[in-house]
Amino acid sequence: MSNVLLDIKNLRLSFFTPAGEVKALNDVTFKMNEGDVLGIVGESGSGKSVTAYSIMGLVPFPGRIIGGTIDFNGHRINDMTEKEMREIRGNEVSIIFQDPMTSLNPVYTIGNQIREVILLHTDMDNEQAHKRSLDLLTLVGINEPEKRLKQYPHELSGGMRQRVMIAIALACEPKLLIADEPTTALDVTIQAQIMELMMELKEKINMSIIIITHDLGVVANMCQKIVVMYGGKIVESGTSDEIFYNPQHEYTKGLLRSIPKINTKSHEKLIPIEGTPVDMLNPPAGCPFAPRCDKCMKICLREMPEYTKISDTHDCACWLLQKEAFKAAAGGEG
Amino acid sequence: MEKHLDEGRLDIKASEPPLIEVKNLKQYFPISDGLFRTKYVKAVDDVSFYIKKGETLGLVGESGCGKTTTGRSLLRLYEPTDGRIIYDGVDITHTDMMPYRRKMQIVFQDPYASLNPRMTVGDIVGEPIDIHKLAHSKKERTDRIIEMLDRVGLNSEHANRYPHEFSGGQRQRIGIARALAVDPEFIVCDEPVSALDVSIQAQIVNMFEELQEDMGLTYLFIAHDLSVVKHISDRIGVMYLGKLVELADSYELSFHSVHPYTRSLISAIPVPDPDASRQRQRIVLEGDVPSPLDPPSGCRFRTRCPYADELCAREEPEFREVSKGHFAACHHLDRVK
Repeated sequence: MSNVLLDIKNLRLSFFTPAGEVKALNDVTFKMNEGDVLGIVGESGSGKSVTAYSIMGLVPFPGRIIGGTIDFNGHRINDMTEKEMREIRGNEVSIIFQDPMTSLNPVYTIGNQIREVILLHTDMDNEQAHKRSLDLLTLVGINEPEKRLKQYPHELSGGMRQRVMIAIALACEPKLLIADEPTTALDVTIQAQIMELMMELKEKINMSIIIITHDLGVVANMCQKIVVMYGGKIVESGTSDEIFYNPQHEYTKGLLRSIPKINTKSHEKLIPIEGTPVDMLNPPAGCPFAPRCDKCMKICLREMPEYTKISDTHDCACWLLQKEAFKAAAGGEG
Repeated sequence: MEKHLDEGRLDIKASEPPLIEVKNLKQYFPISDGLFRTKYVKAVDDVSFYIKKGETLGLVGESGCGKTTTGRSLLRLYEPTDGRIIYDGVDITHTDMMPYRRKMQIVFQDPYASLNPRMTVGDIVGEPIDIHKLAHSKKERTDRIIEMLDRVGLNSEHANRYPHEFSGGQRQRIGIARALAVDPEFIVCDEPVSALDVSIQAQIVNMFEELQEDMGLTYLFIAHDLSVVKHISDRIGVMYLGKLVELADSYELSFHSVHPYTRSLISAIPVPDPDASRQRQRIVLEGDVPSPLDPPSGCRFRTRCPYADELCAREEPEFREVSKGHFAACHHLDRVK
């Protein structure tokens, strides 16, 4: 049995905006083992990035964790002070942001930015740090690393910058790497390169990865476990095969149906999910997906369903499943 | 409902003359470096294609390959450096565009930047009606606006609201209603779904298809996502650094592509199917797209191409027909596996 690296329980997080409370995360619970690759899938506003930021202790103002716990590698993240958090951040857990154009500092050289992390978290001196940054750039597949170290971010292409971001994130060989839409801003051919690189590095330095994405295709072949989020809640979680071949939640099913596929021969009409994304200021009282769901029942609008266990690894929150379970139970007794 | 991308469907269209034809289109942008010398970014360099009436031509490629520029030059939103644009048999490369603006419209990529935040939705959709004097009374104008909103799945109460009150998908619908307001024949769709969530993307793609059927529209559909383009297009052109490298019917291109770039592009598309995705052989291209300011000599793809040799550096490959209706520009088509 591998060890549990990350354990999030009943996490609730709200943004207190002038317009009202936005419940960005509502009772989010999931676990992750060491060495796993976990995918968090959801559309904009589903709370997937906020989940990641809360693991990093980077909840932006006016957001606040109002309940639940985050345990990571023996630390209780939500009880830690900023000073303690700084020890961990970049050292044991790192993040790569979506947009490599804006997440590097334009006025410092690449070398400067990589060395900063190393000097901050290790006892290396300048010379050793320089050597280490050269190694890191080689590791992420950047040629002429000596020259690149002296360059500024604007001199590099998007794919290169994302590689530099990865190098910075990996500088202290973190236990967990969070990749927040790491390839959304990149072209497909570059996207393939970066994904391949992350998987290679995972093997090399034995870390765990959380990939956050809105594109189910990206996570299909690299995640052991996938968590599907909608409107601040986890609606379904399971292994990659369970999510793709046996989806249970209407949102997951809809999402899979609405993706155009390159390898189909006939022209099938796409089946979209009708309606608009949930308004987080006035979320529905029950299941967040209810207003867009084809099979919505009265109870869906009133109450949030409990999770139904489909297998040891597969959970789904939907009243339809509850109803079936209830029927089966009633049938068995009668 | 199922339409097959078979021969029959194409043949019906093959008999019709092209609605729009682009011949050797070139679009260079000057960039002055320092004081005296001016360099040119060859954003689009010698591109030719045609689109038949009622057809959808897809254009795919990575950022900076010139696909958006092609769409904009086609509408003369940029003045083309060289080449000819023929619309419905008339050369419009240097004519007054006003009458043609009614026939040719565009839907932009970014639904957040392409709608004036200070105008109501009604006025946004009404503006083209005013410019082209399509309504003779106030009532007629309002009716037309409501008709357009209705057509894109919005309703009349939305007309008095402002763009910020809408989600991305709804904004894109407003952009489409604006384009439809003048009853166009041809619409350039410039990455209309790239900024949208997957579940909303499908709504908009379906809407484009329905509008095409109802109104007989012709599309140039530009996107970087080949699976979306394949879904909506009859034929697809693939661009790389300002050049068309391959052009074929969309089925042919998806399953029998011949150009090494197209092949790597197809193999890089993430497939939402774990088993298929594990078995798939990926062709991962090395390196980045070179700068269009200083493109490689000969074939522009050669710096990343696994088949490149000295001939590719010396000579530019000709864009030639490899089978009926299937064009590609490569020296080593026989070697590409």
